[in-house]
Amino acid sequence: MDQNLKIELGKQGVFVTTIQELYNWGRRSSVWPMQFGLACCAIEMIATTMARYDMARFGAEVFRPSPRQADLMIVSGTVTKKMAPQVVRLYNQMAEPRYVIAMGACAISGGPFKQGYNVLKGIDRYIPVDVHIPGCPPRPEALLQAFITLQKKIDGQHLTGEDRPRFLDAGAQGEFPVPEQGEHDLEPTSNQGVWPVQIQGLGTRD
Amino acid sequence: MASSPYFSLAILFVAALGFGLAPLGLAWLWARFFAPPKPNPIKNAIYECGLESKGDAWVQFRSAYYLYAIIFLIFDVEAVFLLPFAVAFSGLSAAACGAMLVFVLLLVEGLAWAWAKGVLTWS
Repeated sequence: MDQNLKIELGKQGVFVTTIQELYNWGRRSSVWPMQFGLACCAIEMIATTMARYDMARFGAEVFRPSPRQADLMIVSGTVTKKMAPQVVRLYNQMAEPRYVIAMGACAISGGPFKQGYNVLKGIDRYIPVDVHIPGCPPRPEALLQAFITLQKKIDGQHLTGEDRPRFLDAGAQGEFPVPEQGEHDLEPTSNQGVWPVQIQGLGTRD
Repeated sequence: MASSPYFSLAILFVAALGFGLAPLGLAWLWARFFAPPKPNPIKNAIYECGLESKGDAWVQFRSAYYLYAIIFLIFDVEAVFLLPFAVAFSGLSAAACGAMLVFVLLLVEGLAWAWAKGVLTWS
């Protein structure tokens, strides 16, 4: 529908919408994050939900303690290689549509602990991340900014067509393999479906 | 039919039923036409704390725990019944007092059993 015509009709008191717009509006206005914190970034995440920053303004104050009821996984902090399988398994157990915000330097790349033998160098090696937030830790405003970015992303999604999101596509991958503890590293070291990057000459550590 | 005094109630009942069923039906239709289900073993796992569950949930408890149940009944549950009994004691008939006595005696029997089993001795 023509955007100008819609605005003109709105001025005359006629509200015009589409199912897609209503659907996206409903989804972006009630994203329920999972109650799940990994490290220091989780403290900032908690602060974001409190009165001063008040994430409830964006419809995301209901932190669910079960992955079955959550839409959004905020990976808030360092993902150790011991914790990574649990994070991936929780992501798998969330119902579609599901979104991931990687919060902080550690979650997006390993951050200051990147050289550590036991730290995963970014959760996007195993699960698809929608929004990355840099910072160590990012301030609550940054998390709100990421959340608004996610809402914009949801708003732009199409119900039908080739570019429709994964959860509307029957042929798209629904399972993200959970890595296992190998002798020296997690196996596999990344999910090629979401992390098609090949790292050469760095051995098994990365 | 419309003259029946329950007619308005029937209408309200149908409306209430529709109010509950319509969203469920819409959600079902939506899921059918737009959101394909993608079940897999990880997603369908029973335990939802990120860890894999180990073993069976149908574990057996030792029958010896019945002694704890008896002691709990005597010293905890009995007090709940004894308090109203004591409050209303002066106004009770002999039959009511007799019934209460039988109840207390039954529990004392349990205490005697536990005593005989040596449960009351701290070892």
